[in-house]
Parts: sequence; structure tokens; C-alpha cells
Amino acid sequence: MPHKKHTLLQEFLKGIWKENPILISLLGLCPALAVTVSAENGLAMGLAATFVVVSSSIIVSILRKIIPPQVRIASFIVIIATFVTIADRFLAAYYPDISSNLGPFIPLIIVNCMILGRQEAFASKNNILRSFLDAVGVGIGFTLVLVVLGGVREILGSGTIFGIEIMWSSFHPWAVMILPPGAFLALGLMIGASNWLNELGEKK
Amino acid sequence: MNLIIIFISAALINNFVLIQFLGICPFVGVSKKMDSAVSMGLAVTFVMVISAAVTWLIYHLLLVPFDMQILEYVSFILVIASLVQLVEMFIRKVSKPLYDSLGIFLPLITTNCAILGLALISVLRDYSFIESVIFGAGAGVGFTLALVIMAGIREELELAPVPKHFKGAGITMIIAGCLGLAFMGFSGLI
Repeated sequence: MPHKKHTLLQEFLKGIWKENPILISLLGLCPALAVTVSAENGLAMGLAATFVVVSSSIIVSILRKIIPPQVRIASFIVIIATFVTIADRFLAAYYPDISSNLGPFIPLIIVNCMILGRQEAFASKNNILRSFLDAVGVGIGFTLVLVVLGGVREILGSGTIFGIEIMWSSFHPWAVMILPPGAFLALGLMIGASNWLNELGEKK
Repeated sequence: MNLIIIFISAALINNFVLIQFLGICPFVGVSKKMDSAVSMGLAVTFVMVISAAVTWLIYHLLLVPFDMQILEYVSFILVIASLVQLVEMFIRKVSKPLYDSLGIFLPLITTNCAILGLALISVLRDYSFIESVIFGAGAGVGFTLALVIMAGIREELELAPVPKHFKGAGITMIIAGCLGLAFMGFSGLI
């Protein structure tokens, strides 16, 4: 963290690329790898996590002067767990298909280190507006990576995107991409590609 | 027989790290050195077995009779967090050498999704008490195995010419993918 305060816009934008939770900070990898067999799952997971990180950032930021520092981690986790329960019940009620696709990974948002990390590093030290913008930025960054990763795996692994057939008819789906190892391979290549893009950007 | 299948399936076939993607953060973070990987694996296995037992008791003796399953997540994570604290104090009191080797890893375990995932999955699969504990032990062994293999490969990797942009996280993910492919071979075991 630089000593100079970011402008509000920078606060919002930094989570999307420069401090992207998955590609740069390597936080929240478990859901990113596990649910991204399709772009739709990635989107649902990203939105659920965004909801949780934004709401709990707001609450933590409001309560930041009341929570005693010794028990802060436990308090953050209880706040996060409450919002995760809300998100879980909501998905189960309105989108039962998605809820059963994501399975135990919805409750596992609780221990997503990206969310706890935002509370500890940012929301507990900044005012509500800044925490809100920061959380929205990080949430969008997280969702984007999940959708791209899910999209790539879906296109190569099943030849579809958001359930719509797009590959030519003689295309043989690469089954490995929708199996667990494909997740590691695709994410590893994405991290490499993002490092390469960053370097290209710096050269200019 | 059933118990052996649960154990083998948790440790090898549905390996927690490589196939089910639970506990990736410590897997990437602590797999740089062999000895810390072994300590972390032991600490996680230890906590997994205990928390599998305790969360089973909480769920079936407290939440189900009072019809409060909606509090499942909140109560599980609180139990796990306080359990980790207790285990830490207990180890410090009982065995100083063990505490010195596991010490710094214990607080990290609270946010290890493998522990919470274990508790949630055994509720989903409706395991009995003994099955949950065996499942916890198998998952712990699987986690340790993956971590130790990874640490061994990464120690060798220090000397290998890795493409510049893949240094660190990128190559780790790709190796994990290859390990995952290898572990899929175990699926013929049962």
C-alpha cells in the first residue's frame, strides 16, 4: 500500500487488474478452480462472492471502531458467514440448478481468503465509501477471471459458451479441460499470459 | 470394507487438493520447502480428524434436534476457529518440540477451506460418526501427500529453466495439473 491516498476511482479500478485477487495476489483460488467448468458457473460464483465481499465490507467498515482488535478475525468471519448463508439460501430458492452445480463451494466462500483479506487489509481501516468501491472493484476482478476461465474451459472442453454451441461440428471437445487437471492448466496459462501482458504494458 | 473405501477414496481417488480443489491456498503457499510441507500436512491432518469428529457431534446432537440447520455455516466455522486455538494451546502445553515445528502453521489452518469443506461434505453425504472420522483421516493423508509431492518437485524446480512469465505461481499451477492427471489414474482402484 503506498502512503499516498488513492483517488476514489483508483480505489475502484485497482482490484480489477493491478491487484486482481486471483491473477496477482493468488487469493480465492479454490472456488476459481473448482466451479469454472462453464462460464455460467463462473459468473454465478463471481456474483455470489461479489455480493458477500461488498456487503461484509460495508458492515465491517461501519463497525470498524467498535470491533476490538483481539477478536477481529473471528468477528469478520461471523459477518462473512452470515452473508454467505443469505446468498446460499437465495440461490437455493431462486436458482436451484446453479445452487446444486456449485454444491459445497457456496458455503466455502466463508473461508475464501480474498474476502477475509479485504476486510483485514482494507475495510477495517477505511471509511464506508472507500471500502464499498474497493470491494466492488475486487468483486468485479474476481468475477471477470472466473468468467474468462470458465469460458475458456467450456469452449475447449464442451465446445459451447453459456450453453450455446459455437465450435464447428467436427471439433472434438478436449475432455481434459472440464476435468480437474484442466483447471490447473488453464489457470497456470492465464497467470503466465497476464504476466506477459503486464510486461508489454510496462514497456510502452 | 466400507470404511477402507472411504479412506482410500478421500486420500487418493478424490484427493482433496488435486481433484476437489480444497485447500489450494496452503498448497501453493507452503509447498516451497520440504520440511515445512511435512509439518503443515501433519498439522492439517491432526485438525481434520478432530474437527470431523466435533462438527459431526455439533450437527447431529445440537443443530438437528433443535432444527437449526440454517446456522450450520456460522457454527461450523466458529467451532473450527476455536478448535484450532485449543489445539494450539494443547500442543504447546504437551509437547514443546511438536509445537515448535507446527506452531506457525496452526493459525493458518482456520482459513484452510479443506477443513470446512470436510465438515460440509460429510454432512452432505450423511456419514455416520465413524465414517466422518475416517473420511477426515483420509482427507488429511491425501492433503499431506499432495503437499509433500509438490514440495519435492518445487525444490528441484529451483534449478530448472522456467519461462520468465511462468515463474512462481504459473508453473506451480501447471505442475499441479500434471499431478492431477496422475491422480486421476487412481480412479480405477475401486
